[in-house]
Formats: sequence, C-alpha cells, structure tokens
Amino acid sequence: MRASFVFSEVVTGLRRNITMTIAMIITTAISLALLGGGLLVVRMIDKTKTLYQDKVEVSVFLTNDISASDSGCVNDPCKGLQAALRADPAVEEVAYENRQASFERFKRIFEAQPELVKLTRPESLPASFRVRLKDPDRPEVITQAYSGKPGVDNVVDQSEFLDRFFNALNGFRNMTFAIALFMAVAALLLISNTVQLSAFTRRTEVGIMRLVGATRWYTQLPFLLEAMVTGLIGALLAIGLLVLLKMSFLDDVLADPIKANVVRSVDGIDILLVSPWLMLVALGISAVTGYVTLRLYVRT
Amino acid sequence: MIRLEQVSKVYKTSTRPALENVSVQVDKGEFVFLIGASGSGKSTFLRLLLREEVPSKGRVYVANFDLTRMARRRVPRLRQSIGCVFQDFRLLANKTVAENVAFALEVIGKPRHTIRKVVPEVLELVGLEGKAGRMPHELSGGEQQRVAIARAFVNRPLMLLADEPTGNLDPDTSQDIMLLLERINRTGTTVLMATHDHSIVDSMRRRVVELDLGRVVRDDARGVYGVGR
Repeated sequence: MRASFVFSEVVTGLRRNITMTIAMIITTAISLALLGGGLLVVRMIDKTKTLYQDKVEVSVFLTNDISASDSGCVNDPCKGLQAALRADPAVEEVAYENRQASFERFKRIFEAQPELVKLTRPESLPASFRVRLKDPDRPEVITQAYSGKPGVDNVVDQSEFLDRFFNALNGFRNMTFAIALFMAVAALLLISNTVQLSAFTRRTEVGIMRLVGATRWYTQLPFLLEAMVTGLIGALLAIGLLVLLKMSFLDDVLADPIKANVVRSVDGIDILLVSPWLMLVALGISAVTGYVTLRLYVRT
Repeated sequence: MIRLEQVSKVYKTSTRPALENVSVQVDKGEFVFLIGASGSGKSTFLRLLLREEVPSKGRVYVANFDLTRMARRRVPRLRQSIGCVFQDFRLLANKTVAENVAFALEVIGKPRHTIRKVVPEVLELVGLEGKAGRMPHELSGGEQQRVAIARAFVNRPLMLLADEPTGNLDPDTSQDIMLLLERINRTGTTVLMATHDHSIVDSMRRRVVELDLGRVVRDDARGVYGVGR
C-alpha cells in the first residue's frame, strides 16, 4: 500500500466535490456539537447532583403558635417531636431553627433584594426542624411519618424542587440528543451521497484500477478515508463550537448560579473529556456509512 | 494460457445465451483474432477471461487460474497478469502520458523506484519517447492508443486482451498499432484481439476464431476475416 498515492487521491477527491464536502462538514459539525452539548449537560447534572447530595434536607415546619411561643424548643409538642426525630433510624441529623434564625437565613438568601427583606417580618416565617437523612433518596419516610402530627404545619421535601430542576436539565439534554439524532440522519445521508458522487466522478480511474488488478483496498480506501477525514474535520469544528459556546454564552448566563453554588459550571476539562467521544463517533459513523455505501452502490 | 471448456453464459436479462458451448484453447505466445458481428459474444468472451463474469456452465482457465472456482479476493492477482486495451483508449485526461502509465503500477503497489525505471522503458517500446509529459488531449488517436498499450504492457502481463483497438483509428494508424501489437507478441506475450477490421485480419494471416450467436463457427490457424462475405 502506497500511502502517498492514497493520500493524494483523498485530497483530489475532497477538492473535486468541494460543495458536498462543505455541506458534509457543516451537518456533521452541528450534529456532533448538539451531541456534545447533551453530553456536557449530562456531566453538569452529575456534578451538580454531588453538590446537593449531602445537603438535601427535609424541612418539618411547625405551626404558628409553637413558632411564636417556643423559641428554644423546650416544651411539648416541640420537644417531643425533636426527640422522636433524633430517635428515628432514618435520620442523620436534626437541627432546630427558630423564627429568628429562619429570618436571618431568609435575609442572607435574598440579600440581593432588599425590598423583599424590608417587607418581611420574622413573625411571618415559621420555625422548623431541618432534617438530614441517612438515605437522601428516600425522603418519604419522614414526610409520611410527620405530616399531620400535632404541632406540625407541613413537611417539605427539598429534593422535590431539585427533582424539578434536574428534570428541566434532563429535558434540555433529551432535546439536544433528539435534534442531534435528526442532524445525524442528515449527515449520514450526505456522507452516503458524497461517497457515491465521489465514486461516480472517479469511475474511469476506478475502472482502470480494477482492470489492472488493484485490490479492493486500493480502489475503495480513498473514498472511505475521504468520508472519515470530513467526519473528523466536522468533529473538530464541533469541539470548537462547544468551546465558543461555553466562553461566549454559557459562562455569562450561568455566572450567578455558579457563584451561588446552585449549579456547577461546564469546565474546559469537561469539553476535553467529551471531545474524544465526538471524534470517535464521527470516525465510526463516517467509516461505517462509507463502507456500507461502497458495498451497496459501487461495484468492485 | 487460455482454455474454455464447453462454456455457456446466459445473462439473467436475456433468454438467448450470449455464449453457447464454447471450447477454445489458446497457447502461450499465440496471436489470435476474435471476430464476429455485434452481439456474437466477443465481449462476453473477453469479460469471462477477466472474470468480470462467471460462466453459467463449463470451465474457464487463464494462466493456470481456474476462474470458475476463484475466490473474489484473488481476482486482482489474475488481472495483474492480463493487460487490456480498448477502442476508446480509457486514458485519464488529467494525467500526463507518463502518469497514465505509472498509474497502473501505483495502484497495484509497485515501489516508486521500479516505476521510475520501467515507465520510460515501456514508453520507448511503444514509440512515445519524448512525449512523457504530454497530456492525452495533445496526442493523436494513434498516440493515445500507444499510451493505452504502454499502460497495459508496463507490468509485463502474460497476456494482452485488445477489444477493437483500431476501431477509432484510420487504416495507416491501425497498421502501426498492429505492428506494435505484433512486437509485443514477439516478446512472448499472448495477444487476443477482438475486431471487426477485415483488412487487418486479412493482412496479418494469424489464427482466427469466429463467433456467431454465441457459438464458435470457425477456428482457422491462419485465417482471413471471411471468405465471400
């Protein structure tokens, strides 16, 4: 196998069908960028989940009269509830938060909105037990056991909000995957078309090659490599797009939530980790498509 | 060199066989004309030898290869031992004379130093020394056919198949091409030439195999194109 020969054939082929080549690169790049975006969201979800893993709490809010009267949790039913929660095998840790502490926290959370803080009185906030669970995935043991007990106003499971948040992220991820799939179909058909076109424009060469006894590798490898080279260029472009998207858009949009430790950012290392997969997918798909096309449409 | 044993070929799209019970033997170093009207089976005959087709019945042997039993991956080896020339030359328009000839060696993986050595040699043999850098469209028809012959012969095949090589050429040029094919034949290469050209067949007085409707109707050791036709 003469590498220089195959290489020059590939270059000639790509230049000859330049418009098709560009179309192929663009569709491949967009498809892969979407796939990569989806994969980055997956990584972001994973990282954000660990951020919350040990912080998920169940809040047992107390009725208004207890909140008003028992700021130290020294009388029943507050004292009894605290003892019951401490004894509960599902509970890791219990903290009592009285009205004043609750108000302090409220002020901290909404320090960016002073009007809201000004309008709120400590009296409008209930006292609560903040319960950390041994198994954060099973908050229902607490919600079911303590809802409706005397002195309990309601039980709020934080993970419900998190679930909603993660569902939104998952939905976004699924959407990028779905669009990526459609674009991938378009890219696939374009690859197949380009290989056929390439083989057609070079039918004289291929005919002569077959006649003089070139092996199938010699006749078909240039076409296969053409598809793979365009796939690889598409993948590199997709990676570039992701970096650009991160720097010019994502970093700005997520700047506040990242600072507040609500979500984890997409780092350069994430893109670096996703990149080899994109290249592998690009090479694999273009190679398989090219090979199948040659087998189906091009006589050897 | 070539042996067909009771070969029949029926194409799926046709009811009449393209070749019917054909048995022909060609020895090494022979020069054979294959003649017959259009549709007589000449092309099928040549395609069988290149294993572009396999016979429906019978056996085909070329240079000790049993083509009826040959695995697909061994076909390139067979074709490397056969040179082919056509009526329409089939040169690559974007390559020079030398590149066209070198192409046949490049694609079968011959090393570059071999190519650099043998291409000028074969161009000299076909009388194209000094035209190595020309493009095909700058050459006359006869010169283009010489390039095609050079390309077919550069790998020193055991056998040269020529399908109407003079079909596009005037009589004088055709004579030159025939002299070239004769010279190649004298190097020991078997030459099998399908043709319609009466005068060439008549003047050469070589072996003539005539096909008609897929059957061999004549096989003369020193024949003419057709008596009284």
